[in-house]
Amino acid sequence: MKLLYRLFRSSLGRKYIMGVTGLCLFAFVVGHMVGNLQVFLGPEAINRYAHFLQSTGELLWLVRLAMLSIVGLHIWSAVVLTLENRAARPVRYTQDVFYGASYASRTMIGSGFVIAAFVLFHLLHYTVQVKGVNLTGQDFTTFETTLKNGTVTHDVFKMMVVGFSNVWVSLFYVVAVSLLSLHLGHGIGALFQSLGLKNDVWTPRLDRFGKVIAWVLVIGYASIPIAILLGYGKEALK
Amino acid sequence: MNLTLKVWRQKDANSPGRFETYEARDVIADMSFLEMLDVVNEELIAAGKEPIMFDSDCREGICGTCSLVINGIPHGGHRGTTVCQLHMRHFQDGQTITVEPWRARPFPVIRDLIVDRKAFDRIIQAGGFISVNTGGTPDGNAIPVSKQISDKAMDAAACIGCGACVAACKNASAMLFVSAKVTHLNLLPQGKAEKDRRVARMVSTMDEAGFGNCTVTGSCAAVCPKEIPLDMIAKMNRDYALAIFKGE
Repeated sequence: MKLLYRLFRSSLGRKYIMGVTGLCLFAFVVGHMVGNLQVFLGPEAINRYAHFLQSTGELLWLVRLAMLSIVGLHIWSAVVLTLENRAARPVRYTQDVFYGASYASRTMIGSGFVIAAFVLFHLLHYTVQVKGVNLTGQDFTTFETTLKNGTVTHDVFKMMVVGFSNVWVSLFYVVAVSLLSLHLGHGIGALFQSLGLKNDVWTPRLDRFGKVIAWVLVIGYASIPIAILLGYGKEALK
Repeated sequence: MNLTLKVWRQKDANSPGRFETYEARDVIADMSFLEMLDVVNEELIAAGKEPIMFDSDCREGICGTCSLVINGIPHGGHRGTTVCQLHMRHFQDGQTITVEPWRARPFPVIRDLIVDRKAFDRIIQAGGFISVNTGGTPDGNAIPVSKQISDKAMDAAACIGCGACVAACKNASAMLFVSAKVTHLNLLPQGKAEKDRRVARMVSTMDEAGFGNCTVTGSCAAVCPKEIPLDMIAKMNRDYALAIFKGE
């Protein structure tokens, strides 16, 4: 009980929660990107992958519930810590110099909230497939395709091509993944700091790893809507 | 050179403060920032006005008493220097300089540029010590300490407890100060016995005092006059995690 109290009530404990959940979410965004990049291997690859995920049944819901609690804890600790931080500095200086503090490090709560808003939209858009939010007038739930082994499944390839052909949807996507990159460019290095896994040797290595992977993520994710806007996938759908 | 100073004036902790403008005339480039303020104060006293109150003691960068935010940066923003080591040659003739006290809820302003830093004393009282039995002087090298450990502990022990880290942090977090003290004592064999209890108590006291949380911006290490690195915070995070999992 004392351990739980220390974890949830102390400043350092909440940062551990922030760091561990951040690490889980980071692992998810890497996996999600690798999965999504299969769109460039053609309709068969991505549809087979999507069918595999959808056919995992209870496991899928277990992962979804775990993700929901991880996101919940991440946002809860962010809000609590930010409120405490604001209260600790009630009077500002006449000049905000932010000596030594990077832009990304100072705007984590802002980038985080835009990303959270995007995730909500993204789930309604492609997971729940609410017709009203996709701005194309088409109903994604009706898209069906037949895999080479004869299985009839949801046509995720078509959904991605149709979905990202809307400029506004693609623009929001690119903005969100850019902010995600900014968030992780600081967050990856910072989470190892919060979890106490840094020293004078590992600090520069982990910080560099964070910056590089943040660029990989933004390029990987943004390449999909940009390629589709430039015409990728139209041929395959015909 | 001649300078314009915008200085925070506040009668006491309960009065509202405001900025007052002063002219500093014929400032010599070799003066320290505090010597320049001394000259301004002499003129104020001669004119029958209240001098500007500020903290200072050793004036050679080792005591941690001076505590001014100059143009938005604690200690003025020159690598590894306190305000008393900041020389007027870094400023230009005709420049306007803003001088403010440390700003943090746990550091209330007592008067003008002086803040109450007793919150730091309470953190030290909670665990910034080692318990030893008194007796005869121990032999010099009775407890072997490796060069690597003694160097690291010495780097941490360089902290003079001025509070610039808190003043610079956008969250008014005291992590760099507390982590320097924790690292200094937890690394050495003399401090190892109370390692877990020390970090748990010092962190609890830090939280109770109302300091903010670390968001790893690095402002603290950038302004630290003793250049305490951010790694100290990682070390404290590690020690605290080990301590609470051991049941502290």
